[in-house]
Amino acid sequence: MSIKIPTSAVRSIRVGAGLVVLLIGAIVLAVFLGSEKLSVFELTGPQSAILFDIRLPRILLGACVGASLAVAGASLQALLRNPLAEPYLLGVSNGAALGTMLAFVFLGSIEFARPLMAFAGAGLATFAVYQMARSRAGMNVERLILSGVIVTTFLSSIIILMTSLLDATRLRSFTFWLLGDLSQATKGGFFLTLIAVSVGTVILMTQARALNLMMIGERDAFDYGVEIGRTRLVVFATASGLVGLSVAASGSVGFVGLIVPHLVRLAFGSDNRNVLPFSAMFGASFVVLADTLARTVIAPLELPVGAITALIGCPLFIYLLRKN
Amino acid sequence: MLTVRNISINFGERRVLKDISFWLKPGEIIAVLGANGAGKTTLLRALNKTLPLSGGEILLEETALDGFSRREIARRIAVVAQENETKFPVTVSEFVLAGRFAHGSSFGWETENDIRVAKDCLHLCGLDQLENRLMNELSGGERQRVLLARAITTEARILFLDEPTNNLDISHQASMLRLVRERTNTCESAAIVITHDLNLASEFADKILLLKNGEIAAQGAPDEILTEKNLLDVFGVKVLLDRNPMTENVRVTTLY
Repeated sequence: MSIKIPTSAVRSIRVGAGLVVLLIGAIVLAVFLGSEKLSVFELTGPQSAILFDIRLPRILLGACVGASLAVAGASLQALLRNPLAEPYLLGVSNGAALGTMLAFVFLGSIEFARPLMAFAGAGLATFAVYQMARSRAGMNVERLILSGVIVTTFLSSIIILMTSLLDATRLRSFTFWLLGDLSQATKGGFFLTLIAVSVGTVILMTQARALNLMMIGERDAFDYGVEIGRTRLVVFATASGLVGLSVAASGSVGFVGLIVPHLVRLAFGSDNRNVLPFSAMFGASFVVLADTLARTVIAPLELPVGAITALIGCPLFIYLLRKN
Repeated sequence: MLTVRNISINFGERRVLKDISFWLKPGEIIAVLGANGAGKTTLLRALNKTLPLSGGEILLEETALDGFSRREIARRIAVVAQENETKFPVTVSEFVLAGRFAHGSSFGWETENDIRVAKDCLHLCGLDQLENRLMNELSGGERQRVLLARAITTEARILFLDEPTNNLDISHQASMLRLVRERTNTCESAAIVITHDLNLASEFADKILLLKNGEIAAQGAPDEILTEKNLLDVFGVKVLLDRNPMTENVRVTTLY
Protein backbone atom coordinates (compact mmCIF):
# COMPACT_ATOMS: atom_id res chain seq x y z
CA MET A 1 0.00 0.00 0.00
CA SER A 2 1.36 3.38 -0.87
CA ILE A 3 0.24 6.69 0.49
CA LYS A 4 -0.67 9.10 -2.24
CA ILE A 5 0.07 12.71 -1.53
CA PRO A 6 -2.25 15.04 -3.47
CA THR A 7 -0.48 17.20 -6.04
CA SER A 8 -1.65 20.37 -4.32
CA ALA A 9 0.07 19.23 -1.12
CA VAL A 10 3.28 18.47 -3.02
CA ARG A 11 3.30 21.98 -4.40
CA SER A 12 2.70 23.38 -0.92
CA ILE A 13 5.62 21.43 0.49
CA ARG A 14 7.88 22.73 -2.32
CA VAL A 15 6.88 26.34 -1.71
CA GLY A 16 7.27 25.82 2.04
CA ALA A 17 10.79 24.47 1.53
CA GLY A 18 11.61 27.51 -0.61
CA LEU A 19 10.41 29.81 2.16
CA VAL A 20 12.56 27.96 4.72
CA VAL A 21 15.59 28.56 2.49
CA LEU A 22 14.63 32.24 2.31
CA LEU A 23 14.42 32.38 6.11
CA ILE A 24 17.83 30.74 6.56
CA GLY A 25 19.26 33.20 4.04
CA ALA A 26 17.74 36.13 5.93
CA ILE A 27 19.16 34.88 9.23
CA VAL A 28 22.66 34.38 7.76
CA LEU A 29 22.57 37.86 6.24
CA ALA A 30 21.42 39.34 9.54
CA VAL A 31 24.25 37.63 11.43
CA PHE A 32 26.94 39.26 9.31
CA LEU A 33 25.42 42.72 9.09
CA GLY A 34 25.55 44.99 12.09
CA SER A 35 27.39 47.84 13.77
CA GLU A 36 30.13 45.41 14.79
CA LYS A 37 31.44 43.67 11.64
CA LEU A 38 31.89 39.96 12.16
CA SER A 39 34.06 37.82 9.92
CA VAL A 40 33.02 34.30 9.11
CA PHE A 41 36.02 32.33 10.38
CA GLU A 42 37.78 34.32 13.08
CA LEU A 43 35.87 35.49 16.06
CA THR A 44 37.54 37.20 18.97
CA GLY A 45 36.18 36.60 22.44
CA PRO A 46 34.07 39.78 22.60
CA GLN A 47 32.89 39.24 19.04
CA SER A 48 31.74 35.77 19.89
CA ALA A 49 29.87 37.22 22.86
CA ILE A 50 28.23 39.80 20.60
CA LEU A 51 27.20 37.09 18.18
CA PHE A 52 25.87 34.47 20.59
CA ASP A 53 24.56 36.58 23.46
CA ILE A 54 23.26 39.63 21.67
CA ARG A 55 22.87 39.34 17.96
CA LEU A 56 21.74 35.75 17.48
CA PRO A 57 19.03 35.80 20.19
CA ARG A 58 17.77 39.04 18.71
CA ILE A 59 17.63 37.64 15.17
CA LEU A 60 15.95 34.43 16.23
CA LEU A 61 13.46 36.25 18.45
CA GLY A 62 12.68 38.51 15.49
CA ALA A 63 11.98 35.44 13.38
CA CYS A 64 9.58 34.00 15.99
CA VAL A 65 7.83 37.33 16.52
CA GLY A 66 7.43 37.80 12.77
CA ALA A 67 6.02 34.31 12.36
CA SER A 68 3.61 34.79 15.29
CA LEU A 69 2.27 38.12 14.10
CA ALA A 70 1.92 37.03 10.48
CA VAL A 71 0.11 33.79 11.24
CA ALA A 72 -2.13 35.56 13.80
CA GLY A 73 -2.97 38.23 11.21
CA ALA A 74 -3.68 35.68 8.50
CA SER A 75 -6.05 33.66 10.69
CA LEU A 76 -7.89 36.74 12.02
CA GLN A 77 -8.36 38.00 8.47
CA ALA A 78 -9.96 34.75 7.35
CA LEU A 79 -12.12 34.53 10.47
CA LEU A 80 -13.35 38.12 10.22
CA ARG A 81 -13.62 37.97 6.40
CA ASN A 82 -11.55 41.09 6.18
CA PRO A 83 -8.09 41.41 4.60
CA LEU A 84 -7.50 44.56 6.66
CA ALA A 85 -7.81 42.84 10.05
CA GLU A 86 -4.42 43.07 11.73
CA PRO A 87 -3.41 42.56 15.38
CA TYR A 88 -1.93 46.07 15.66
CA LEU A 89 -4.88 47.84 14.00
CA LEU A 90 -7.50 45.84 15.89
CA GLY A 91 -6.05 46.91 19.23
CA VAL A 92 -4.93 43.36 20.08
CA SER A 93 -1.28 44.43 20.26
CA ASN A 94 -2.17 47.37 22.46
CA GLY A 95 -4.16 45.13 24.77
CA ALA A 96 -1.10 42.93 25.09
CA ALA A 97 1.10 46.00 25.62
CA LEU A 98 -1.12 47.23 28.45
CA GLY A 99 -1.09 43.77 30.03
CA THR A 100 2.71 43.65 29.80
CA MET A 101 2.98 47.09 31.30
CA LEU A 102 0.69 46.28 34.22
CA ALA A 103 2.81 43.21 34.92
CA PHE A 104 5.99 45.26 34.59
CA VAL A 105 4.87 47.95 37.03
CA PHE A 106 2.97 45.88 39.59
CA LEU A 107 4.31 42.35 39.26
CA GLY A 108 7.88 43.13 38.21
CA SER A 109 9.46 40.32 40.21
CA ILE A 110 7.41 37.48 38.69
CA GLU A 111 9.03 36.32 35.47
CA PHE A 112 6.04 34.71 33.79
CA ALA A 113 3.62 37.47 34.73
CA ARG A 114 4.45 39.51 31.63
CA PRO A 115 3.61 36.98 28.90
CA LEU A 116 0.54 35.85 30.83
CA MET A 117 -0.77 39.36 31.32
CA ALA A 118 0.02 40.14 27.68
CA PHE A 119 -2.05 37.14 26.62
CA ALA A 120 -4.93 38.22 28.86
CA GLY A 121 -4.76 41.78 27.53
CA ALA A 122 -4.71 40.60 23.92
CA GLY A 123 -7.65 38.28 24.54
CA LEU A 124 -9.74 40.98 26.20
CA ALA A 125 -9.00 43.50 23.44
CA THR A 126 -9.93 40.94 20.75
CA PHE A 127 -13.17 40.16 22.51
CA ALA A 128 -14.04 43.85 22.96
CA VAL A 129 -13.41 44.71 19.31
CA TYR A 130 -15.35 41.70 18.11
CA GLN A 131 -18.36 42.55 20.27
CA MET A 132 -18.31 46.19 19.15
CA ALA A 133 -17.96 45.40 15.47
CA ARG A 134 -20.75 42.86 15.51
CA SER A 135 -24.26 43.96 14.75
CA ARG A 136 -27.46 42.27 13.74
CA ALA A 137 -26.65 42.95 10.13
CA GLY A 138 -23.29 41.22 10.48
CA MET A 139 -19.89 42.81 10.42
CA ASN A 140 -18.63 45.21 7.81
CA VAL A 141 -15.12 46.46 7.13
CA GLU A 142 -15.71 49.98 8.35
CA ARG A 143 -17.27 48.92 11.63
CA LEU A 144 -14.43 46.54 12.39
CA ILE A 145 -11.67 49.05 11.63
CA LEU A 146 -13.48 51.75 13.58
CA SER A 147 -13.91 49.50 16.60
CA GLY A 148 -10.20 48.66 16.38
CA VAL A 149 -9.30 52.34 16.32
CA ILE A 150 -11.49 53.10 19.32
CA VAL A 151 -10.09 50.24 21.39
CA THR A 152 -6.52 51.13 20.34
CA THR A 153 -7.01 54.77 21.30
CA PHE A 154 -8.58 53.89 24.61
CA LEU A 155 -5.80 51.46 25.51
CA SER A 156 -3.14 53.94 24.35
CA SER A 157 -4.47 56.59 26.68
CA ILE A 158 -4.24 54.19 29.64
CA ILE A 159 -0.71 53.25 28.57
CA ILE A 160 0.29 56.93 28.43
CA LEU A 161 -1.23 57.48 31.88
CA MET A 162 0.82 54.60 33.20
CA THR A 163 4.08 55.90 31.74
CA SER A 164 3.84 58.69 34.30
CA LEU A 165 4.77 56.00 36.82
CA LEU A 166 8.10 55.41 35.07
CA ASP A 167 11.37 57.33 35.53
CA ALA A 168 13.18 59.00 32.63
CA THR A 169 15.61 56.19 31.68
CA ARG A 170 12.97 53.51 31.72
CA LEU A 171 10.69 55.83 29.76
CA ARG A 172 13.04 55.92 26.76
CA SER A 173 13.41 52.14 26.53
CA PHE A 174 9.70 51.84 27.09
CA THR A 175 8.86 54.19 24.22
CA PHE A 176 11.07 52.09 21.94
CA TRP A 177 9.42 48.92 23.16
CA LEU A 178 5.95 50.35 22.48
CA LEU A 179 6.90 50.89 18.85
CA GLY A 180 8.22 47.37 18.55
CA ASP A 181 11.82 46.80 19.52
CA LEU A 182 13.90 43.64 19.48
CA SER A 183 17.00 45.02 21.24
CA GLN A 184 15.99 43.59 24.64
CA ALA A 185 15.98 40.03 23.27
CA THR A 186 16.91 37.24 25.65
CA LYS A 187 17.40 33.52 25.08
CA GLY A 188 14.46 32.81 27.41
CA GLY A 189 12.18 35.10 25.42
CA PHE A 190 13.28 33.41 22.23
CA PHE A 191 12.57 29.87 23.47
CA LEU A 192 9.15 30.88 24.82
CA THR A 193 8.04 32.49 21.55
CA LEU A 194 9.52 29.62 19.52
CA ILE A 195 7.43 27.08 21.42
CA ALA A 196 4.35 29.32 21.22
CA VAL A 197 4.60 29.93 17.49
CA SER A 198 5.17 26.24 16.72
CA VAL A 199 2.23 25.07 18.81
CA GLY A 200 0.06 28.01 17.73
CA THR A 201 0.63 27.44 14.03
CA VAL A 202 -0.24 23.75 14.35
CA ILE A 203 -3.44 24.59 16.27
CA LEU A 204 -4.45 27.17 13.65
CA MET A 205 -3.71 24.67 10.87
CA THR A 206 -6.38 22.36 12.32
CA GLN A 207 -8.85 25.16 11.55
CA ALA A 208 -7.50 25.92 8.08
CA ARG A 209 -10.21 24.10 6.14
CA ALA A 210 -12.90 25.60 8.34
CA LEU A 211 -11.37 29.03 7.76
CA ASN A 212 -11.52 28.46 4.01
CA LEU A 213 -15.30 28.35 4.39
CA MET A 214 -15.45 31.06 7.08
CA MET A 215 -13.71 33.59 4.85
CA ILE A 216 -16.53 33.24 2.34
CA GLY A 217 -19.28 33.72 4.90
CA GLU A 218 -20.32 32.55 8.35
CA ARG A 219 -23.58 31.24 7.06
CA ASP A 220 -21.89 29.31 4.27
CA ALA A 221 -19.47 27.82 6.78
CA PHE A 222 -22.31 26.80 9.06
CA ASP A 223 -24.32 25.22 6.22
CA TYR A 224 -21.28 23.28 5.02
CA GLY A 225 -20.51 21.72 8.39
CA VAL A 226 -18.29 24.10 10.36
CA GLU A 227 -18.94 24.45 14.08
CA ILE A 228 -18.37 28.17 13.80
CA GLY A 229 -18.47 28.87 17.53
CA ARG A 230 -15.62 26.46 18.16
CA THR A 231 -13.54 27.69 15.23
CA ARG A 232 -14.00 31.28 16.36
CA LEU A 233 -12.93 30.47 19.92
CA VAL A 234 -9.87 28.48 18.84
CA VAL A 235 -8.70 31.16 16.40
CA PHE A 236 -9.31 34.09 18.76
CA ALA A 237 -7.59 32.35 21.67
CA THR A 238 -4.60 31.16 19.63
CA ALA A 239 -4.11 34.44 17.79
CA SER A 240 -4.36 36.36 21.09
CA GLY A 241 -1.79 34.04 22.63
CA LEU A 242 0.62 34.51 19.73
CA VAL A 243 0.22 38.28 19.71
CA GLY A 244 0.45 38.44 23.50
CA LEU A 245 3.74 36.55 23.67
CA SER A 246 5.22 38.54 20.79
CA VAL A 247 4.32 41.83 22.41
CA ALA A 248 5.65 40.72 25.79
CA ALA A 249 8.97 39.89 24.11
CA SER A 250 9.33 42.76 21.68
CA GLY A 251 6.52 45.31 21.92
CA SER A 252 3.99 46.12 19.23
CA VAL A 253 5.63 45.48 15.88
CA GLY A 254 2.85 46.72 13.63
CA PHE A 255 1.60 45.78 10.17
CA VAL A 256 3.50 42.46 9.88
CA GLY A 257 0.15 40.69 10.10
CA LEU A 258 -1.15 42.85 7.26
CA ILE A 259 1.77 42.91 4.84
CA VAL A 260 2.85 39.29 5.01
CA PRO A 261 -0.48 37.46 4.51
CA HIS A 262 -1.37 39.89 1.74
CA LEU A 263 1.79 39.10 -0.21
CA VAL A 264 1.40 35.37 0.44
CA ARG A 265 -2.19 35.38 -0.89
CA LEU A 266 -1.11 37.39 -3.89
CA ALA A 267 1.58 34.86 -4.72
CA PHE A 268 0.02 31.54 -3.69
CA GLY A 269 -3.76 32.03 -3.44
CA SER A 270 -6.12 32.13 -0.46
CA ASP A 271 -6.19 28.49 0.68
CA ASN A 272 -5.48 28.81 4.40
CA ARG A 273 -3.65 25.49 4.48
CA ASN A 274 -1.00 27.37 2.51
CA VAL A 275 -1.58 30.90 3.75
CA LEU A 276 -1.02 30.05 7.43
CA PRO A 277 2.31 28.17 7.27
CA PHE A 278 3.67 30.29 4.42
CA SER A 279 2.80 33.46 6.34
CA ALA A 280 4.62 32.12 9.40
CA MET A 281 7.79 31.45 7.43
CA PHE A 282 7.66 34.57 5.31
CA GLY A 283 6.75 36.69 8.35
CA ALA A 284 9.86 35.38 10.12
CA SER A 285 12.10 36.37 7.20
CA PHE A 286 10.36 39.72 6.89
CA VAL A 287 10.95 40.78 10.50
CA VAL A 288 14.54 39.49 10.48
CA LEU A 289 15.27 41.62 7.42
CA ALA A 290 13.34 44.64 8.75
CA ASP A 291 15.26 44.45 12.02
CA THR A 292 18.57 44.15 10.17
CA LEU A 293 17.63 47.38 8.43
CA ALA A 294 16.67 48.94 11.77
CA ARG A 295 20.07 47.98 13.24
CA THR A 296 22.21 49.14 10.33
CA VAL A 297 20.56 52.04 8.57
CA ILE A 298 21.75 54.70 11.04
CA ALA A 299 24.42 52.57 12.81
CA PRO A 300 25.72 52.77 15.47
CA LEU A 301 22.33 54.18 16.46
CA GLU A 302 19.27 51.97 16.10
CA LEU A 303 15.65 52.35 15.10
CA PRO A 304 12.81 50.32 16.60
CA VAL A 305 11.88 47.61 14.10
CA GLY A 306 8.21 48.65 14.37
CA ALA A 307 9.08 51.95 12.70
CA ILE A 308 10.38 50.09 9.64
CA THR A 309 7.39 47.75 9.38
CA ALA A 310 4.95 50.66 9.79
CA LEU A 311 6.72 52.59 7.05
CA ILE A 312 6.06 49.71 4.69
CA GLY A 313 2.65 48.79 6.10
CA CYS A 314 0.81 52.12 6.13
CA PRO A 315 0.94 52.72 2.37
CA LEU A 316 -0.16 49.12 1.77
CA PHE A 317 -3.09 49.60 4.15
CA ILE A 318 -4.22 52.70 2.27
CA TYR A 319 -3.91 50.85 -1.01
CA LEU A 320 -5.99 47.91 0.27
CA LEU A 321 -8.63 50.20 1.74
CA ARG A 322 -9.03 52.00 -1.58
CA LYS A 323 -9.14 48.76 -3.51
CA ASN A 324 -11.95 47.48 -1.29
CA MET B 1 -36.48 11.92 3.98
CA LEU B 2 -37.54 14.97 5.87
CA THR B 3 -40.59 15.12 8.08
CA VAL B 4 -41.71 18.42 9.53
CA ARG B 5 -44.25 18.29 12.31
CA ASN B 6 -45.99 21.41 13.65
CA ILE B 7 -42.89 23.56 13.83
CA SER B 8 -43.00 27.14 15.07
CA ILE B 9 -40.29 29.75 15.33
CA ASN B 10 -40.31 32.94 17.36
CA PHE B 11 -37.94 35.84 17.02
CA GLY B 12 -38.34 37.30 20.48
CA GLU B 13 -42.05 38.02 20.84
CA ARG B 14 -42.72 37.84 17.13
CA ARG B 15 -43.96 34.54 15.75
CA VAL B 16 -42.41 34.10 12.30
CA LEU B 17 -43.40 30.51 11.60
CA LYS B 18 -46.52 28.89 12.95
CA ASP B 19 -47.53 25.27 12.95
CA ILE B 20 -45.83 24.14 9.73
CA SER B 21 -46.12 20.47 8.75
CA PHE B 22 -45.09 18.70 5.54
CA TRP B 23 -43.05 15.81 4.16
CA LEU B 24 -40.24 15.68 1.65
CA LYS B 25 -40.02 12.33 -0.11
CA PRO B 26 -37.14 10.95 -2.22
CA GLY B 27 -37.36 12.14 -5.81
CA GLU B 28 -39.51 15.11 -4.90
CA ILE B 29 -39.06 18.81 -5.54
CA ILE B 30 -41.02 21.10 -3.26
CA ALA B 31 -41.37 24.76 -4.24
CA VAL B 32 -41.94 27.25 -1.45
CA LEU B 33 -43.89 30.28 -2.61
CA GLY B 34 -45.01 33.35 -0.73
CA ALA B 35 -44.74 37.11 -0.51
CA ASN B 36 -41.60 38.79 0.84
CA GLY B 37 -41.41 38.30 4.59
CA ALA B 38 -43.74 35.31 4.59
CA GLY B 39 -41.06 33.21 6.30
CA LYS B 40 -39.67 31.22 3.36
CA THR B 41 -35.98 31.68 4.14
CA THR B 42 -36.65 31.28 7.86
CA LEU B 43 -38.26 27.93 7.10
CA LEU B 44 -35.23 26.68 5.16
CA ARG B 45 -32.90 27.83 7.90
CA ALA B 46 -34.94 25.99 10.51
CA LEU B 47 -34.82 22.82 8.43
CA ASN B 48 -31.03 22.57 8.61
CA LYS B 49 -30.87 23.51 12.27
CA THR B 50 -29.55 27.02 11.73
CA LEU B 51 -32.41 28.45 13.77
CA PRO B 52 -33.77 26.90 16.97
CA LEU B 53 -37.39 25.77 16.99
CA SER B 54 -39.90 27.16 19.44
CA GLY B 55 -42.11 24.14 18.98
CA GLY B 56 -42.68 21.02 16.91
CA GLU B 57 -40.07 18.63 15.55
CA ILE B 58 -38.09 17.85 12.42
CA LEU B 59 -37.07 14.33 11.47
CA LEU B 60 -34.20 13.73 9.06
CA GLU B 61 -34.12 10.15 7.80
CA GLU B 62 -36.58 9.22 10.58
CA THR B 63 -34.24 10.58 13.28
CA ALA B 64 -34.69 13.79 15.24
CA LEU B 65 -32.68 16.58 13.64
CA ASP B 66 -31.45 17.69 17.07
CA GLY B 67 -29.26 14.60 17.33
CA PHE B 68 -27.20 15.44 14.21
CA SER B 69 -23.92 17.34 14.36
CA ARG B 70 -23.17 20.16 11.91
CA ARG B 71 -21.00 17.85 9.83
CA GLU B 72 -23.64 15.13 9.73
CA ILE B 73 -26.26 17.62 8.60
CA ALA B 74 -23.88 19.08 6.00
CA ARG B 75 -23.35 15.61 4.52
CA ARG B 76 -27.12 15.21 4.11
CA ILE B 77 -28.38 18.69 3.30
CA ALA B 78 -26.64 21.10 0.93
CA VAL B 79 -27.66 24.72 0.67
CA VAL B 80 -27.56 27.20 -2.19
CA ALA B 81 -28.26 30.55 -0.55
CA GLN B 82 -27.84 34.13 -1.61
CA GLU B 83 -24.15 34.58 -1.70
CA ASN B 84 -21.72 36.69 0.27
CA GLU B 85 -19.04 38.37 -1.74
CA THR B 86 -15.62 37.38 -0.56
CA LYS B 87 -12.80 39.88 -0.42
CA PHE B 88 -10.12 37.21 -0.84
CA PRO B 89 -8.87 35.84 -4.13
CA VAL B 90 -10.55 32.41 -4.18
CA THR B 91 -10.62 30.35 -7.37
CA VAL B 92 -13.72 28.56 -8.61
CA SER B 93 -12.18 25.13 -8.03
CA GLU B 94 -11.09 26.02 -4.48
CA PHE B 95 -14.58 27.33 -3.77
CA VAL B 96 -16.25 24.16 -5.03
CA LEU B 97 -13.76 21.85 -3.28
CA ALA B 98 -14.58 23.56 0.02
CA GLY B 99 -17.95 21.82 -0.34
CA ARG B 100 -16.15 18.58 0.64
CA PHE B 101 -15.41 19.94 4.12
CA ALA B 102 -17.88 17.70 5.91
CA HIS B 103 -16.38 14.58 4.30
CA GLY B 104 -12.71 14.85 5.21
CA SER B 105 -10.78 15.46 8.35
CA SER B 106 -10.65 19.12 9.25
CA PHE B 107 -6.90 18.92 8.86
CA GLY B 108 -5.16 17.93 5.67
CA TRP B 109 -5.90 17.92 1.98
CA GLU B 110 -8.79 16.66 -0.12
CA THR B 111 -8.48 13.11 -1.36
CA GLU B 112 -8.45 12.12 -5.05
CA ASN B 113 -12.08 11.12 -4.64
CA ASP B 114 -12.95 14.62 -3.39
CA ILE B 115 -11.22 16.13 -6.41
CA ARG B 116 -12.95 13.77 -8.83
CA VAL B 117 -16.40 14.56 -7.37
CA ALA B 118 -15.71 18.30 -7.56
CA LYS B 119 -14.56 18.02 -11.18
CA ASP B 120 -17.71 16.10 -12.12
CA CYS B 121 -19.91 18.70 -10.49
CA LEU B 122 -18.07 21.56 -12.19
CA HIS B 123 -18.66 19.78 -15.46
CA LEU B 124 -22.35 19.19 -14.73
CA CYS B 125 -22.82 22.89 -14.06
CA GLY B 126 -20.99 23.83 -17.24
CA LEU B 127 -18.07 25.41 -15.43
CA ASP B 128 -15.10 23.48 -16.91
CA GLN B 129 -13.76 26.61 -18.54
CA LEU B 130 -13.94 28.68 -15.36
CA GLU B 131 -12.08 26.34 -12.98
CA ASN B 132 -9.11 28.63 -12.39
CA ARG B 133 -10.92 31.95 -12.51
CA LEU B 134 -11.31 34.01 -9.35
CA MET B 135 -14.77 34.15 -7.77
CA ASN B 136 -14.90 37.94 -7.73
CA GLU B 137 -14.27 38.11 -11.48
CA LEU B 138 -17.38 36.10 -12.33
CA SER B 139 -20.75 37.42 -13.46
CA GLY B 140 -23.75 36.99 -11.18
CA GLY B 141 -25.05 34.08 -13.20
CA GLU B 142 -21.71 32.28 -13.26
CA ARG B 143 -21.42 32.68 -9.51
CA GLN B 144 -24.87 31.24 -8.99
CA ARG B 145 -23.83 28.15 -10.96
CA VAL B 146 -20.67 27.83 -8.86
CA LEU B 147 -22.87 27.85 -5.75
CA LEU B 148 -24.92 25.00 -7.19
CA ALA B 149 -21.75 23.11 -8.10
CA ARG B 150 -20.47 23.45 -4.53
CA ALA B 151 -23.81 22.25 -3.17
CA ILE B 152 -23.89 19.08 -5.29
CA THR B 153 -20.20 18.46 -4.55
CA THR B 154 -21.27 17.60 -1.01
CA GLU B 155 -23.16 14.58 -2.46
CA ALA B 156 -25.93 15.46 -0.01
CA ARG B 157 -29.25 13.85 -0.90
CA ILE B 158 -31.28 16.89 0.04
CA LEU B 159 -30.78 20.23 -1.69
CA PHE B 160 -32.09 23.53 -0.35
CA LEU B 161 -32.18 26.28 -2.94
CA ASP B 162 -33.00 29.83 -1.84
CA GLU B 163 -33.97 31.77 -4.96
CA PRO B 164 -31.43 29.90 -7.08
CA THR B 165 -32.52 31.51 -10.32
CA ASN B 166 -31.92 35.08 -9.17
CA ASN B 167 -29.34 36.67 -11.48
CA LEU B 168 -29.80 33.95 -14.10
CA ASP B 169 -30.89 34.53 -17.66
CA ILE B 170 -33.82 32.44 -18.89
CA SER B 171 -31.65 29.76 -20.47
CA HIS B 172 -29.59 29.27 -17.31
CA GLN B 173 -32.72 29.35 -15.14
CA ALA B 174 -34.10 26.39 -17.01
CA SER B 175 -30.81 24.49 -17.14
CA MET B 176 -30.25 24.96 -13.43
CA LEU B 177 -33.63 23.56 -12.52
CA ARG B 178 -33.30 20.78 -15.10
CA LEU B 179 -30.08 19.78 -13.34
CA VAL B 180 -31.85 19.71 -9.99
CA ARG B 181 -34.68 17.72 -11.57
CA GLU B 182 -32.25 15.17 -13.03
CA ARG B 183 -30.60 14.66 -9.67
CA THR B 184 -33.88 14.15 -7.86
CA ASN B 185 -34.93 11.67 -10.55
CA THR B 186 -31.76 9.61 -10.53
CA CYS B 187 -29.85 9.99 -7.27
CA GLU B 188 -32.55 9.23 -4.72
CA SER B 189 -32.39 12.85 -3.74
CA ALA B 190 -34.90 15.59 -3.14
CA ALA B 191 -34.98 19.38 -3.16
CA ILE B 192 -36.75 22.31 -1.59
CA VAL B 193 -36.71 25.44 -3.73
CA ILE B 194 -37.70 28.95 -2.72
CA THR B 195 -38.71 30.95 -5.74
CA HIS B 196 -40.77 33.92 -6.84
CA ASP B 197 -41.29 32.48 -10.30
CA LEU B 198 -44.71 30.82 -10.26
CA ASN B 199 -44.24 29.28 -13.68
CA LEU B 200 -40.91 27.68 -12.80
CA ALA B 201 -42.61 26.23 -9.73
CA SER B 202 -45.42 24.92 -11.86
CA GLU B 203 -43.04 23.32 -14.38
CA PHE B 204 -40.52 21.77 -12.01
CA ALA B 205 -42.14 21.19 -8.62
CA ASP B 206 -44.05 18.09 -7.51
CA LYS B 207 -45.51 19.92 -4.60
CA ILE B 208 -46.01 23.56 -3.70
CA LEU B 209 -46.01 25.08 -0.20
CA LEU B 210 -47.78 28.39 -0.18
CA LEU B 211 -46.73 30.49 2.82
CA LYS B 212 -48.59 33.47 4.16
CA ASN B 213 -47.52 35.33 7.32
CA GLY B 214 -45.56 32.35 8.57
CA GLU B 215 -48.33 29.84 8.07
CA ILE B 216 -49.05 27.36 5.32
CA ALA B 217 -51.93 28.80 3.32
CA ALA B 218 -52.10 25.75 1.08
CA GLN B 219 -49.99 22.77 0.04
CA GLY B 220 -50.30 20.18 -2.66
CA ALA B 221 -49.69 19.54 -6.36
CA PRO B 222 -49.15 22.66 -8.52
CA ASP B 223 -52.48 22.10 -10.26
CA GLU B 224 -54.38 22.32 -7.00
CA ILE B 225 -52.41 25.14 -5.44
CA LEU B 226 -51.96 27.58 -8.30
CA THR B 227 -55.52 28.84 -8.34
CA GLU B 228 -56.86 32.35 -8.80
CA LYS B 229 -58.24 32.34 -5.27
CA ASN B 230 -54.99 31.20 -3.58
CA LEU B 231 -52.81 33.63 -5.51
CA LEU B 232 -55.13 36.53 -4.79
CA ASP B 233 -55.13 35.55 -1.13
CA VAL B 234 -51.35 35.17 -0.77
CA PHE B 235 -49.96 37.75 -3.18
CA GLY B 236 -52.92 40.06 -3.54
CA VAL B 237 -52.72 39.99 -7.34
CA LYS B 238 -55.18 38.96 -9.99
CA VAL B 239 -53.90 36.32 -12.36
CA LEU B 240 -54.94 34.61 -15.54
CA LEU B 241 -54.52 30.83 -15.55
CA ASP B 242 -54.23 28.55 -18.55
CA ARG B 243 -52.14 25.57 -19.59
CA ASN B 244 -48.70 25.51 -21.12
CA PRO B 245 -49.47 23.93 -24.53
CA MET B 246 -46.21 21.91 -24.49
CA THR B 247 -46.21 20.47 -20.97
CA GLU B 248 -49.88 20.78 -20.00
CA ASN B 249 -48.80 22.39 -16.70
CA VAL B 250 -50.59 25.37 -15.22
CA ARG B 251 -49.38 28.67 -16.63
CA VAL B 252 -49.76 31.85 -14.61
CA THR B 253 -50.02 35.28 -16.18
CA THR B 254 -50.08 38.22 -13.81
CA LEU B 255 -52.64 40.89 -14.64
CA TYR B 256 -51.22 44.32 -13.95
